[in-house]
Amino acid sequence: MKSDENPILRITALNKFYSGGFQALKDINLQIERGEILALLGPNGAGKTTLISVVCGIVNPSSGSVSVDGFDIIKDFRKTRSIIGLVPQELTTDSFETVFNTVSFSRGLFGKPPSPSHIEKVLRSLSLWDKKDNMIMTLSGGMKRRVLIAKALSHEPTVLFLDEPTAGVDVSLRKDMWQIVRELKEEGVTIILTTHYIEEAEEIADRVGVINNGEIILIEEKDKLMEKLGKKQLILDLRDSLASVPDSMADYNLELSEDGMQLTYTFNTQRDRTGITALIDDLKLADIAFRDLNTTQSSLEDIFVNLVEESS
Amino acid sequence: MNIYGIMAIYKFEMARTRRTLVQSIVAPVITTSLYFIVFGAAIGSRIDQVDGISYGAFIVPGLIMLNLLTNSISNASFGIYFPKFVGTVYEMLSAPVSTLEVILGYVGAAASKAVILGIIILITAGFFIDLQIAHPVMMMVFILLTALSFSLFGFILGIWADNFEKLSVVPTLLVTPLVFLGGSFYSTDMLPEPWQTVSHFNPVLYLVSGLRWSFYEISEVSVMLSLASILIFMFSCLAVVYYLFKTGYKLRS
Repeated sequence: MKSDENPILRITALNKFYSGGFQALKDINLQIERGEILALLGPNGAGKTTLISVVCGIVNPSSGSVSVDGFDIIKDFRKTRSIIGLVPQELTTDSFETVFNTVSFSRGLFGKPPSPSHIEKVLRSLSLWDKKDNMIMTLSGGMKRRVLIAKALSHEPTVLFLDEPTAGVDVSLRKDMWQIVRELKEEGVTIILTTHYIEEAEEIADRVGVINNGEIILIEEKDKLMEKLGKKQLILDLRDSLASVPDSMADYNLELSEDGMQLTYTFNTQRDRTGITALIDDLKLADIAFRDLNTTQSSLEDIFVNLVEESS
Repeated sequence: MNIYGIMAIYKFEMARTRRTLVQSIVAPVITTSLYFIVFGAAIGSRIDQVDGISYGAFIVPGLIMLNLLTNSISNASFGIYFPKFVGTVYEMLSAPVSTLEVILGYVGAAASKAVILGIIILITAGFFIDLQIAHPVMMMVFILLTALSFSLFGFILGIWADNFEKLSVVPTLLVTPLVFLGGSFYSTDMLPEPWQTVSHFNPVLYLVSGLRWSFYEISEVSVMLSLASILIFMFSCLAVVYYLFKTGYKLRS
């Protein structure tokens, strides 16, 4: 039975134990809103693929519940699976089939009547139309990845899981993929992608989730996350070398480079006062002159690494 | 019911046969012709009639059964094993198809191919002997039930197997000997005791006997017993397949 209109995906107290006792997912609670792009980050073996596999019906959950568009993934598996598309991590394709046939097969498998016009539209959008009669084994890795996306889109899903969609593809193709994802979002498709590439999440995600050791350790809107956890640093190139930071400036927690020519001040942009003006005044009082200065902001990658290290 | 899903699996599997026409159809036809030449003409000319039937005609049901069994098993086992092997099985597991629909698609295609092959073998036999079919409807019933049952068995084998050796070991070391020892090429009356009694523990004997009855109205066991055997085997396989899908054995972790 349909229980709720929103969100599109609701995961409640989900656990997964594999035979042998290994717990791949630990009490996962997650809600995904309609039309958003969620990037799930995590190191190898964190549980990203297991989580996706449970939602898609490939892996049985040990406990907990998952609903898609208000329908339970086990009781109402036909409804939930018919609105989900999955692009797997591995390039698993029917090597001896043609592109058109394999995409048509996927549409039928997901219970949709044949629609050559829709298949054509999908193949054209992925620049695969001129390859429609080619056997998949003759395609490059990047093209095979596109075929997998075409298969996942063949039945017009409203939720799309992309399990490391740009793993092993070149930079140009990666950017093409991001464009495809953006276009799908514009069409109203909810997208959940796992990735190792932080820049990918930084580039296209609305929200970012970090999973480690089977636990979701953070889920936040990307921009807020960057603001909240992003550190800014002021780097000062000194005119003369310093042997040590003067005691009078101990409150600033300055870092002095090994050659004594650079001072680094880390500050929080969320505070009312960053302390930069006071620092420069105090440097003048201490007779420390600088030739240049610049600021840097920590990337999502820095945030991710810090989070994973803290949780491990 | 996901009719489009069933049709997608069925058509996909049938397309695989079209791609491997030589291996799927031509090879069994040539092998059968060789059987007729060696057993029917060369050896058969030195054997008296068996139960009033010429030896060449006597072996036709056995040859059909041999091809039905081996092809049903290999078609169905390969059909489900290959997606597991290359990883494309993820798509079927994540699709809105029920256990029954998956079975109808894979087993239906495997059985269809085996039945088509059985009919081709029958036509091939017509070039070597004067064919007589006393009960054509019953012949088709036996062929259909055998193809379905052993396709189900092959499907179980394909789910169980996790390497190519396991995939071939059951047909090679179990099914082929059972067919050869199940009265395909001889009447068990020709065997001395205790082998005659032992033969009655071979399930294939009941299939061959039933099919042979539909051709020549001669059988080693009751026709009803033959029918009951094949139905029991079919429903047993169906129950096992259903259990395998429900538990996700070797498919879902």
